[in-house]
Amino acid sequence: MTRQTAILEVDALERRFDVSAPWLNRVIERKPRRTLRAVDGVDFSIQRGQTLALVGESGCGKSTIAKLVTGLHPPSAGAIRFHGDRDRMQMIFQDPFASLNPRWRVGRIVAEPLRTLRPGTPEATVAARVSELLSTVGLSPADALKYPHEFSGGQRQRISIARALAGEPEFLVCDEPTSALDVSVQAQVLNLMKRLQREMGLTYLFISHDLSVVRHMADVIAVMYLGRIVEIQPTADLFANPLHPYTRMLLDTIPDLEAPNRERAPMGGEVPSPVSPPRGCSFHPRCPLAFDRCKVERPERHAAVRDGRVACFAAESAADV
Amino acid sequence: MTDTVLDVRNLRVEFPTRKGVLRAVDDISLTIRRGEILGVVGESGAGKSMTGMAILGLLEPPGRIAGGQILLSGERIDTLGEKGLQRVRGRRIGAIFQDPLTSLNPLFRVGDQLVETIRQHTDLGKAQARARAIGLMREVGIPAVEERIDNYPHQFSGGMRQRIVIALALCAEPELIIADEPTTALDVSIQAQITALLKRLCRERGTAVMLVTHDMGVIAETADRVAVMYAGRLAEVGPVEDVVRRPQHPYTAGLMGSIPSLRSDAEDLRMIPGSMPRLDAIPSGCAFNPRCDLAGPRCRRDVPRIAGTGAACWLPLAGSTALTEGETA
Ligand SMILES: Nc1ncnc2c1ncn2[C@@H]1O[C@H](COP(=O)(O)OP(=O)(O)OP(=O)(O)O)[C@@H](O)[C@H]1O
Ligand SMILES: Nc1ncnc2c1ncn2[C@@H]1O[C@H](COP(=O)(O)OP(=O)(O)O)[C@@H](O)[C@H]1O
Ligand code: SF4
Ligand code: SF4
Ligand SMILES: [Mg+2]
Ligand SMILES: [Mg+2]
Repeated sequence: MTRQTAILEVDALERRFDVSAPWLNRVIERKPRRTLRAVDGVDFSIQRGQTLALVGESGCGKSTIAKLVTGLHPPSAGAIRFHGDRDRMQMIFQDPFASLNPRWRVGRIVAEPLRTLRPGTPEATVAARVSELLSTVGLSPADALKYPHEFSGGQRQRISIARALAGEPEFLVCDEPTSALDVSVQAQVLNLMKRLQREMGLTYLFISHDLSVVRHMADVIAVMYLGRIVEIQPTADLFANPLHPYTRMLLDTIPDLEAPNRERAPMGGEVPSPVSPPRGCSFHPRCPLAFDRCKVERPERHAAVRDGRVACFAAESAADV
Repeated sequence: MTDTVLDVRNLRVEFPTRKGVLRAVDDISLTIRRGEILGVVGESGAGKSMTGMAILGLLEPPGRIAGGQILLSGERIDTLGEKGLQRVRGRRIGAIFQDPLTSLNPLFRVGDQLVETIRQHTDLGKAQARARAIGLMREVGIPAVEERIDNYPHQFSGGMRQRIVIALALCAEPELIIADEPTTALDVSIQAQITALLKRLCRERGTAVMLVTHDMGVIAETADRVAVMYAGRLAEVGPVEDVVRRPQHPYTAGLMGSIPSLRSDAEDLRMIPGSMPRLDAIPSGCAFNPRCDLAGPRCRRDVPRIAGTGAACWLPLAGSTALTEGETA
C-alpha cells in the first residue's frame, strides 16, 4: 500500500460523547460526569478506487466514523486527511426512505446535489442529467415525476444512489446501504455499486454488519469492537487467516448455506457498554484466549502482520512480531 | 399422523379494501411435527407474518381468514372464536416477535411477568410459580438469575430481553411456538445464541416451532424443513438441505443465488430482475412468471400448486421428486 494513492487517511481518530445525567441530577444524586468513547484511536487509510469496509456489531462506532469522515461530527481528537475534493464526497444511508424528502419529486431529489455543485446549470441540462442518472441506476426517466413513497425499498435505495452520483462523487461513504433490503434486492443494489465503481473509479467507505456482503464488496476489511479497530487486513487474508479472536468468532457466525443445519457453539457473552468498557483488552470477558496481561494492559498499537494489523497479545506472539 | 402438531390446510387470508379484496395469504398448506422447526422464508410482504398471525388468531380486522382450516394436534382452532382462542394462545401456542418489548410490559419486573403468566396457565401456587420462573430463566441462559429476576425489561440488553420472551412463551409448555423474525433486531453473535437456544429447547421439549424470517441464513442454521413464500403463495416446501442446496423452484434458486457466498469469487451476484408484485397486481397463472427465465404459456395461464413437498412450478429445476399437480385439493 503506497501512500501516494491514498485518498483518505485517518489517524488516531477519537470521538467522545458526553452522556452524563442532567446537571441537577448529577448534583443531587452525586453522579459523576460520564463520557462515552464511540470511536477510540482509529487508524486506517483507503486507496483510490478501492473499497474499505468497516464491520462490527451494533454500537461499535461504525456510523460515528462515517459521520466524522463526512464532517457531520467534529472529531474529539485525531486527524482525518482527505486528499480529494470535499465537495465530491457523498453519503448513502441505511434507511433509503428517511433520507429522501417525501414532499419532493424524485427529479428534484436527484437534481439537488447537481444544483449545489454547479449553480446556474441550465434547467434543460439538469433534466437531461437526471434522466441519465435514473437510467444509470436502473430506473426510468419517467420516474423523475414520482414521489419516494411510490417506490419499493430497493428502488428508493437506487434513488439515493442516483442522488449521490449527481454530486459527481469520487468518494462515497455508504452506511449499511443494503441492510434494510431483502437479499434479492440487495443483490441488485450491490451489483449496481460494483458496476459504478468499475466504470467511474469510485472509492467506497462501506459500512456493514454482514460479513458475507463485506467479503463480496471490500478490498480491505477493518473489524471494529467497542470503538476500536481490532483487526485490519486485505479481504482474502482476513477470511483465510483471521488473527483476532473476535474476528474468528464473527466469521463463525456466518451461516453456511452449503452445509445447512450444522451444530455449533455460538459466541458467548454480549458487547459490553461503551460507557464503561472492560479494563485492558475490552474483548477479554468474551475471549477464549484471554490471559492475565489482557485484563490489565490494552493491546495498544496494532502489531503489524504482513499487510494487516491486529490488536491482540495472543495474535502478536503467534505471529512472532 | 399423531405426531402432527400443526396442520394448516388451504389457508386464505384476505383484506377487503376500497379497491377490492387483497389476498395476503393464498391457499397455504403446511404441517409441523413434534420437535420440528419449520422455517417460513420469503421477502418482505410475501405473507409470512399474516400466516403466523392467522394461526395465532391475531389478524387485525378487516383482515380475516377467508378459507381453509387450521388444526392443532388434530383439533380445529380457526373456528373457536375469540374466547376459545384466548385459551389456546399462550397455553398451547406460544408467540415470539421481532421486538421483545411488544411481549413484555415495561412497568413490571420480568420475574413478576413470568410468574403471572405461569399462574394464568397452570395451577401452581405463587412460590412454585416463582421457582418455575427461575428455572425457565436459567434454561434460556440468563446469567445470575436470582439477581436479575426482579429487574425491569429496560435493564436487559436486546438479546437478554428476547431470551425472557422465549421463557414467557415456554411458561405453559405449549405444543407450538410461532416465532416471527425473532432474531432480526439482534446482532449477529446474539442472533446465533438465540437460534441455538430455540433449536435446543425445541429438541429437548418436543415443541413444534414455526420460524418466520426473511433471512435464509437463519433458516439454514436452524430449520429442519423450509417453506418458501412468494406473493402470498407457497413456492417450495422441503427439507432444508434440499431447498437450500438443490432448489427446484426458479424463485428459490434465484433467492439462493443472490446471497453473497463465502465460496464464490464471482464479480457480480446473481439477480432476479424486477420485484415481487403488489397484492393488487398479482399476475395471472404463476405469480413469479414475469420474472422467470423459464416461463412458458402455461405459466401465464394456470396457477401451479404444491401437494406436500416440492415446488409450485410447471417446469421445476432438476432436484429430487417434484410433486406438483394442476388442481387444488
Ligand atoms: N450523538 C450521540 N450521543 C451519545 N452517544 C452516541 C451518539 N452517537 C452515537 N453514540 C454512541 O456511540 C456508540 C457508537 O455508535 P454508532 O452509531 O457509531 O454505532 P454503529 O457501529 O454504527 O452501530 P449500528 O450497527 O447499530 O448502526 C454507541 O454506543 C452509541 O450509542
Ligand atoms: N391491514 C392490511 N391491509 C391491507 N394489506 C395488508 C394489511 N396488513 C398486511 N397487508 C399485506 O399483506 C401482505 C403480507 O404481509 P406480511 O404477512 O406482513 O408479510 P411478511 O412476509 O413481510 O411478513 C403484504 O402485501 C401486506 O402489505
Ligand atoms: S488481547 Fe487478550 S483478551 Fe484481547 S483478544 Fe487478544 S487474547 Fe483475547
Ligand atoms: S411455473 Fe413457470 S413461471 Fe412459475 S416459476 Fe415455474 S417455470 Fe417459472
Ligand atoms: Mg450505524
Ligand atoms: Mg413480517
